[in-house]
Amino acid sequence: MIRGFIGALSVTLGLMAGTASAEEAFIVVQSTTSTQNSGLLDYILPGFEAETGIDVRVVAVGTGQAIRNAVNGDGDVLLVHSKAAEEQFVADGWGVERFDVMYNDFVLVGPQSDPAGVKGGSDIVAALTAVAGSEVPFASRGDDSGTHKAEMRHWNAAGIDPTGASGTWYRETGSGMGATLNVASGMGAYVLTDRATWLSFGNRGDLEVLVEGDPRLFNQYGVILVNPEKHTGVRAAAGQRFIDWLTGPDGQAAIESYMLDGQQLFFPNAK
Amino acid sequence: MRDVLTGIPGTLEVRDLAIARKGKALLDVPYLCLDGPGPTLILGPNGAGKSLLLRCLHGLISPDHGRVCQDGIVLNADHKARQGMVFQSPVLLRRSVAANLDFVLKRQSIPRAMRKQRIAALLSEGGLEGKARQSARSLSGGEAQRLAILRALALEPETLFLDEPTSALDPGATQVIERMVLRASAKGVRIVMVTHDIGQARRLASDIVMMQAGRVVEHGAAGQVLDAPESAESRRYLAGGLVT
Amino acid sequence: MQGFASEFNQALSLILQGDAELWAIVLLSLRVSLFAVLISAAIGMPVGAALAVARFPGRRMLIILLNALMGLPPVVVGLLVYLMLSRSGPLGVLELLYTPTAMIIAQVVLVTPIVAALTRQVVEMLAEEYAEQLRSLGVSQMASVPVLLWDARLALMTALLAGFGRAIAEVGAVIIVGGNINHVTRVMTTTIALETSKGNLALALALGAILIGIAIAVNAMVSSLTLRAEREGLRHA
Repeated sequence: MIRGFIGALSVTLGLMAGTASAEEAFIVVQSTTSTQNSGLLDYILPGFEAETGIDVRVVAVGTGQAIRNAVNGDGDVLLVHSKAAEEQFVADGWGVERFDVMYNDFVLVGPQSDPAGVKGGSDIVAALTAVAGSEVPFASRGDDSGTHKAEMRHWNAAGIDPTGASGTWYRETGSGMGATLNVASGMGAYVLTDRATWLSFGNRGDLEVLVEGDPRLFNQYGVILVNPEKHTGVRAAAGQRFIDWLTGPDGQAAIESYMLDGQQLFFPNAK
Repeated sequence: MRDVLTGIPGTLEVRDLAIARKGKALLDVPYLCLDGPGPTLILGPNGAGKSLLLRCLHGLISPDHGRVCQDGIVLNADHKARQGMVFQSPVLLRRSVAANLDFVLKRQSIPRAMRKQRIAALLSEGGLEGKARQSARSLSGGEAQRLAILRALALEPETLFLDEPTSALDPGATQVIERMVLRASAKGVRIVMVTHDIGQARRLASDIVMMQAGRVVEHGAAGQVLDAPESAESRRYLAGGLVT
Repeated sequence: MQGFASEFNQALSLILQGDAELWAIVLLSLRVSLFAVLISAAIGMPVGAALAVARFPGRRMLIILLNALMGLPPVVVGLLVYLMLSRSGPLGVLELLYTPTAMIIAQVVLVTPIVAALTRQVVEMLAEEYAEQLRSLGVSQMASVPVLLWDARLALMTALLAGFGRAIAEVGAVIIVGGNINHVTRVMTTTIALETSKGNLALALALGAILIGIAIAVNAMVSSLTLRAEREGLRHA
């Protein structure tokens, strides 16, 4: 009775809002802000959608939130960049299998005046040590995202716990990459960002790339089908088709050809 | 029920009526019978319980004890449906003049065509022709009170209660209202009207109920109560009234 | 902040050129919020009016609760609706998450208390004035509800417009339950949030300007209604 009522209600609402859609004509991909804000997905998805007729709906949030949403079953495919968390996700049974897709890299960005004197270096750990030593402002995502987790690994390698300085020179925004870049731009702070978001970011102020090229700054993206045995609503067939395409020759070629400001942002490396 | 032979509307009777608040008697009427053919006016100073008595007669307030009867039967929903009331300051719906009348007619399930006829007749009775489509809230004080009376008359009441309907109006507007009341009375509607205006009582009343401190101190023919009052309270009120 | 003026000019030209993408976003915003307000009106007005005329134990508490719900934080509403509509939530089978319907639901939750509480206030004031007259005309308490709602229509329009203003300007709830999916659930406020995070202040400003324009239009409607009400003497109290 109640279920019937809710069903009728949802049909009514659906009709009113014009959301009625053909079955499996779309999939929901839980992904990160970097893939969307960089413009990569807008560039490669039309190819897949034209070939298969499957509409890809991207929800772009931090990696932490994307994984939590996928655990709840609110997505068919997970496309994020935090390998350890992704493997845990699969090990816990929430995902079917993890595939490498591509990588990009992180860069340390800071004010042109470079008060910590790290410019031109390629050692991220040494650079962070210098930033901490000079106590100049550093903006952190502080949101459990893939970028935040990467940043914490580098602090850890430097033997520094910056959270002790939280609120002084260490500023945790608790927001996405773009919002954190806006904050850094506003206060002239150092910030660790993925190169894709940085290149497509439109409000740089006097920030510039100071440290890049450290192999430890490589940022691996993985793709996982959400386990249909855990959530019956998962559009497994269409989701798998997307994963096959993304890790196959067409998807990999599309990723490789995406350029911004004459630079290649993502490097396909599916096996 | 109206008496078919005399045309006199149904008798209103009050027995042992009492209302008290915080130990103070607001209304204490052992017996009152309204059965005369012409308008009854309830007269008395502020706080005498006039409006309270009127509301009890109309069934808007239930007394602490005692009862109101019409033709010997305790006041019931059928009786109330054939009573209209006009308040001191008219409460008009936020709609057009015609819609205020239509509201009452529609509730009586009168067909649309007939409603239009009735509305036109009522408007001309109240001198409000040409104002049908105007917003009721934009009427002048006198016009608004006329509309309130018309709306009560639209119920085709046996009894029409009026609670100081002219207390806020100028003499001209008051005169128009008084004529409407007399016309209704002449058509056989029992009129029970509260006033503190002695002149108005003299102009309209066939019988007068004089009240003081929640009690009926005198009830009799208008001429007698006004010219040769029996009670000291009536004499005092009329004397004060003549001075002002 | 250099180039702020040029970005604003860019924003203006996007609006004036009638950029198709931009207007699709604006239309979706309007559609979602209008539906939300209509549903909120259908629920909130009768509830508010009933609360205004009915007398029962606990009524005072209910009114306090309703007034408090007017200030519900959108993010909390978004989270609650997300937990309901999530595949692991009780209504997961309906597959409503990340659809405009989900956004409508979230806005209904936000706006209904506003409509109900304002309706309660307006109708209670009117009911006090009408009570004796309506009883004299033989109108029962329940039958008085539609009469009061109709006669309070102008003040209720203001309540609905207030609700609409809240719905269309809200971002915290719709971004969680809608997911800000391009061409599906991307509305003005979520686009502003997204473009700001991309450092694309031009598009963000263009949408902000439209949002302010809608706010001004809504307020102009409210004030002209109020003016009309005063002129016609329909305003109460």
